[in-house]
Amino acid sequence: MSADVPSAGATPAGGPLAGLAYEPGVKKPDPILIADGLRRSFGGLVAVDVDHVEFQRGCITALIGPNGAGKTTFFNLITGFDRPDAGGWEFDGKPVGKANPYRLARAGMVRTFQLTKSLTRLSVLENMKLGALDQRGESVFAGLIRPMWSQQEKEIEQKADALLERFKLGHMRSEFAGNLSGGQRKLLEMARALMADPKLIMLDEPMAGVNPALTQSLLGHVKDLRAEGRSVIFVEHDMDVVHDISDWVVVMAEGRVLAEGPPASIGANQDVIDAYLGTHHDLDLGAP
Amino acid sequence: MNWPLIISNTLFTAIGVQAIAFILAAIGVNMHFGYTGLLNFGQAAFAAIGAYTFAILAGTGIPWPGSGDGPGFFENPWPWWAAALAVLPMATFLALLLGVPTLRLRADYLAIVTIAAAEILRQALIAPKLDERFNTGGADGLQGFSSGIEGINPWNGQEFRLWKQPFDGHQAFVILVGWILIAVCSALVWLLMRSPWGRVLKSIREDEDAARSLGKNVFAYKMQSLVIGGIVGALGGMVFAIGGRAAAPNDYSTAFTFFAWTLLILGGAGRIKGPIVGGLIFWLIIGFTEVFLSQATRNALLPGWRVNENNFGLLRFMFVGLGLAALVVFRPQGIFGDRREQAFDVR
Repeated sequence: MSADVPSAGATPAGGPLAGLAYEPGVKKPDPILIADGLRRSFGGLVAVDVDHVEFQRGCITALIGPNGAGKTTFFNLITGFDRPDAGGWEFDGKPVGKANPYRLARAGMVRTFQLTKSLTRLSVLENMKLGALDQRGESVFAGLIRPMWSQQEKEIEQKADALLERFKLGHMRSEFAGNLSGGQRKLLEMARALMADPKLIMLDEPMAGVNPALTQSLLGHVKDLRAEGRSVIFVEHDMDVVHDISDWVVVMAEGRVLAEGPPASIGANQDVIDAYLGTHHDLDLGAP
Repeated sequence: MNWPLIISNTLFTAIGVQAIAFILAAIGVNMHFGYTGLLNFGQAAFAAIGAYTFAILAGTGIPWPGSGDGPGFFENPWPWWAAALAVLPMATFLALLLGVPTLRLRADYLAIVTIAAAEILRQALIAPKLDERFNTGGADGLQGFSSGIEGINPWNGQEFRLWKQPFDGHQAFVILVGWILIAVCSALVWLLMRSPWGRVLKSIREDEDAARSLGKNVFAYKMQSLVIGGIVGALGGMVFAIGGRAAAPNDYSTAFTFFAWTLLILGGAGRIKGPIVGGLIFWLIIGFTEVFLSQATRNALLPGWRVNENNFGLLRFMFVGLGLAALVVFRPQGIFGDRREQAFDVR
């Protein structure tokens, strides 16, 4: 924990996270998500084995780690797309009992996917409208009778258009989502997640496969989410991105939480360096 | 060659009872596959449920367990409308039975289970034991259950003619009611698919994990789709049985399902008019090749050592198969499909 390493991005530990110890499982003042004893194995491989980790509300937390560290499995568990062998977690103060993805989404936790899941044969606008929660017209009987949902539909469309403008996709609104470029699909997925007004957005590699020009605008959008008071957890490999936008970094390796701390503290952490590069990376094994 | 007969016979086939039944079945498959992406290869089971529910209840009624002496309410033939209404809960029940164990699994499992279920149901309908208990009629099937429909038919006993093609008042009535059913079902599907409910269904077709991540209860929507499409398919089977005045187990073999699929693909899946246009074209081709080949063999226009009156019936399916193959190659989206939509599938 060398404090003399110059900070590359955010302050070493600013805002609500100031003064916390840089150690795995440290208690946060106002956590939105707490995972406890979460464990998932595939056959003999333990993919996730997290004792305790907390994520602060209103902050951008990066989840990093070498390939195979269990980041995506952890994401899948938290969002209900996979079931843990043991352990549980708490979202927004409530323990998550039956982890159905759709229930978690309705509770305010919306995720995106590493491989974008834009619904290619729906228009961009329909993609957006789908994201809105509590639609009366989504029940089969109300759906038959237009007056029961047309007013709400209008409001949803306005909200969708506003978000599309903000994400610079307004000109594409009536295109099929399949016509969008890879980066635009990432933008659409993020915008669509916002239609649900989530408290917590989980972004799985939001910058993967996005060209550098678009990365900047995506980063801006993620920062805007924090400015709106939402919490963000994202998986990312690009350390520049992590330094730029995250308030706190959680490092995973071999399924466990290896280290925690503000971005500046992570680069200097010997455990993290070992996990990424191997324990003996700086030894000359050929030397006598 | 009797061209007036060929033409009028072909036209009659295209709008006839069989065409109506398969169009209804295809509207159901369109709900399942075209809009929700469910691979239901057991539409014949829904059609059979529709046909047999109506045939058993309107024909004989069913023996009710525990009603010991003498025929009670259920043991008498039901009025036609009650028998027809009973088709709805029966089709719903079959959909739940198929859907509960399979809809949580990957799409191909539904295909396997539905195709097996349809065959199980058909074999069960042949079984003598089931005949003893529920009057299913065994391998011969059931007849004589359409008297209720004949009773309300204003044209009963009359003879009609479509140019050279004669048909009776019963057929005329079933065809009229059948096309009204097609119109009503298509309108319902259209109303549903323009609603937010339909949007969720399409999103499940595209990627059910994405729909889940946006707070949609995918299982419930798939089940609703399976029930609605199943009911429409059961109505198709009911029309088929009433129109032919018979319900026989072998009418509901896998061929029934594949015909329904064929004409849906022909017309374009995911389109309201897909099943209707596909059905008209499919039965135009079937009807024309049948009557044309029959006439041609009779007039010795075809080489007799290849085509005779015993095997020309098979030839017409070869023509349909060729046509379908050509369609898939040159117009994979079907006649009414949107090429742009189709193109994304390959990515």
